[in-house]
Amino acid sequence: MEIGLNHYLVLSTILFAIGLIGVMRRKNLLLLFFATEILLNSVNIAFAAISHYYGDLTGQMFAFFVIAIAASEVAVGLGLLIVWHKRHGNIDLETMTSMRG
Amino acid sequence: MEMFLYIALFAPLVGSLFAALFAASPKTLIAGVVPSLLLFISFIASSILLAYVLQTGGAIHVEMMTWMATGDLYIPFGFVVDQVSVTMMMVVTLVSTVVHVYSIGYMDHDKGFNRFFAWLSAFVFSMMILVMSDNFAGLFIGWEGVGLCSWGLIGFWYHKESATWAANEAFIMNRIADLGMLIGIFLVYWNTGTLQYEQAFAVMPSLDTEILTWMGIFLFIGAMGKSAQFPLHTWLADAMEGPTPVSALIHAATMVTAGVYLVVRANPLYDLIPDVGLFIASLGAFVAMFAASMALVNRDMKRIIAYSTLSQLGYMFVAAGLGAYWVALFHLMAHAFFKALLFLGAGNVMHAMHDELDPFKMGGLSKVMKGTFVMMTLASVALAGLFPLAGFFSKDLILEVGFVQHHYIIYSVLLFTAGLTAFYSFRLVALIFHGEERYKLFGIHPHEAYKFMLIAMSPLLLLAIVAGAMKMTYFEMVTAVLPATEYHIHSEITYWIMTIGTQLFVIAAIAFAYKKYALSKVDVPDGSSDMEKSFIYKLLYNQYYIPRFYENYFVKPYREMSHAFWKEMDILLVDATVDGIAKFIYNTGENTRDMQSGNLSTMLKWMVAGTVALLSLAVVFALAVRYLGV
Amino acid sequence: MFEAIAFYLFSFLTITMFFIAVTTSQALYALTALAAGMIFISAFFFILGADFLGAIQIVVYSGAVMALYAFGMMFFDTTRDVKEKQGNKFIVVGMGVLAAVLVVVIFAAPIVGDNIVALYPMTEGAGNTQEVGMVLFTKYLVPFEVAAVMLLVAMIAGIVLAGKKMDISLTLTSDDKIEEDENNKKVLL
Repeated sequence: MEIGLNHYLVLSTILFAIGLIGVMRRKNLLLLFFATEILLNSVNIAFAAISHYYGDLTGQMFAFFVIAIAASEVAVGLGLLIVWHKRHGNIDLETMTSMRG
Repeated sequence: MEMFLYIALFAPLVGSLFAALFAASPKTLIAGVVPSLLLFISFIASSILLAYVLQTGGAIHVEMMTWMATGDLYIPFGFVVDQVSVTMMMVVTLVSTVVHVYSIGYMDHDKGFNRFFAWLSAFVFSMMILVMSDNFAGLFIGWEGVGLCSWGLIGFWYHKESATWAANEAFIMNRIADLGMLIGIFLVYWNTGTLQYEQAFAVMPSLDTEILTWMGIFLFIGAMGKSAQFPLHTWLADAMEGPTPVSALIHAATMVTAGVYLVVRANPLYDLIPDVGLFIASLGAFVAMFAASMALVNRDMKRIIAYSTLSQLGYMFVAAGLGAYWVALFHLMAHAFFKALLFLGAGNVMHAMHDELDPFKMGGLSKVMKGTFVMMTLASVALAGLFPLAGFFSKDLILEVGFVQHHYIIYSVLLFTAGLTAFYSFRLVALIFHGEERYKLFGIHPHEAYKFMLIAMSPLLLLAIVAGAMKMTYFEMVTAVLPATEYHIHSEITYWIMTIGTQLFVIAAIAFAYKKYALSKVDVPDGSSDMEKSFIYKLLYNQYYIPRFYENYFVKPYREMSHAFWKEMDILLVDATVDGIAKFIYNTGENTRDMQSGNLSTMLKWMVAGTVALLSLAVVFALAVRYLGV
Repeated sequence: MFEAIAFYLFSFLTITMFFIAVTTSQALYALTALAAGMIFISAFFFILGADFLGAIQIVVYSGAVMALYAFGMMFFDTTRDVKEKQGNKFIVVGMGVLAAVLVVVIFAAPIVGDNIVALYPMTEGAGNTQEVGMVLFTKYLVPFEVAAVMLLVAMIAGIVLAGKKMDISLTLTSDDKIEEDENNKKVLL
């Protein structure tokens, strides 16, 4: 029962799929953000695992930067969310149709 | 010296661009004067170059810049001024200066005055490139440049249907010939690896005779188009739709002689293939007589002169084909002077007669147009080849070449043609200037042209008279680069018999023309006389039915074929394909429009779908590369 | 053996937590589940020997990000459910395809890249934190600084967007009003 790289990759895949499902079915913008966090984290696991099994620190470095990006995204995203909420009184994706072509 | 070379070359271009600045505006005198002055400068520079070449006997060779350098192909913008090209430069700049000054008067009342000078100077520039280039590529640029300018000038009065038709005819015929020329140039490059004259000709003696023959033939096809040799001759007569100065400059003195120039320039090649040379000479002799016969009955003043040009080009090709290149070049030069003079005189007459071209409707004009009368008569004498005018020296020389080289058939054809030439030239002179004043019937009041136009023509007159005297100087000069074969008839007696016989024959032809058209009563032909009903007259008058033959057997089938292709191929196949693609894209857009609902959630779904699709493709390709090695 | 037990345990927990996070209709549940999932993920990092990354994970996600979300949620009426319209089966099918493809890709990638050479190999005898520090401040110094600037920008953006003039509320005023104010130089600065 040796745990290999593939185990982690499968886990990462499953988490990524969950994140994608969330992205697709969530209509609440806040919960949509949650789903994107899951996406980012699933990738982090893959990075850390590869880093470990190949004895290379580059994977971990990328994971750091992904975390930094995730933090920035949350800060800016939440700011925008608040602005939207103040303006329209809701955060429902279905109402955001101003880009209708 | 290089500076003079550049001045001579680029002064016409500057003039052309200057006139082009005013091209769209109404007549501006300066747009005519400045190009004329610049051409005069070009002429002076050419004269200095001539003096230099005469003194040192060497050539000036410059390389302005690299044009193409890819792999083994190296084509510079190189120019050479040697004895041959400087001759051509003198002819071109002198005649074009005269024609420019003349045109200021001739085009006086024309709306397109400025445009005319832009085209005309552009033509001179192209012609200079043609004669000065030191490689086939530059020659070809000039070749096409003169073709383009010729098109613009023949169709100068583009509101006339016939003018645009003639312009297109000239252009298309020349393109057909240029294809041959291009193939010839490719053959030269293919086999010698260079397009520079010197290097290419240096390699040629070591090549196969068969290859050289093809080269010679294809290059000569190009020359045939530009010099309007049979069977590509029809455009030259139709080109008379252009303004008369254009006919004088382009269709008599310079452009049409480019073919002769090409053969002269390629003399090392044609020396190696005497069979092709003989063919050229035979074709030349045929064209000389063929064109002269059409001139006999034609009733259009300019067309008569055009056929005469054609006939004289035939003479030049006889000389060039028989290897007497310097003789060809000499006749080219002399011919340029008197033929340009003849055309300009005809232009005066046209002006006086309000664009009437039928000489039968003129008559007796010598009283009102003394200057023009003298000039045209002398030009005709020179053309007929009477001693001591230019034509005597140059044309008789060609006859002698034929005789000395034992081509007696060519000789007799040319001799007979000389008689025809004399006849139709003086038929024209007699009809225009002598006899009854028939123009009065048509209510025309002729007047002499502007003084300065006549003065502008006078250098040509002078040269038409004295050019023959320069024969020996000229011979010594050009034989530095051309084969120096002197043509002497061995027996003194034969020589004198021949010369005097030719002179007498020509004089007899002139006398006959005068008797028939000046002294007896001439009616405006109405198709009722016996002569006009004869088969030969009809044949000649309709130019051997060749234009009609072309119309029926080339133009019409081509038009029908084009029509069929348009209906069958273009609309049903090409258009349908293009429209189909457009329709498909349009429908795709129409159908996928719903994707753009603006709903972010839907968009996210599409985004994921796109990612899935791309990833699948990536996997498929990765696997394909890995396992199939595609 | 111990590693395997830990892996499967945390895998199960993480997947469950995240599954709750994306399926529940209660925002508060989702938030809680997400926070829990983040902490469980850090467990993988510890298993993999990336101690520093694990610590960062807990600090940043459970500390900062979740706190941010919690504060953000205070602005919204979380009790009022956003109606989660259920997607059709198409989505589920899409998911299946997607997951399958991704699995294939991710399985295939390491096999293709068997000959990977470690660019920055682990240093013998140094702790994870030390190693990370050495690589981060040598090879990745510039990206690190850029990331710092990015975080600063994000912070300022967050403040400006959410916090500025909360009493006036730029967003509730109509566009016309804003334009008018700008024209009158009463710019809200």
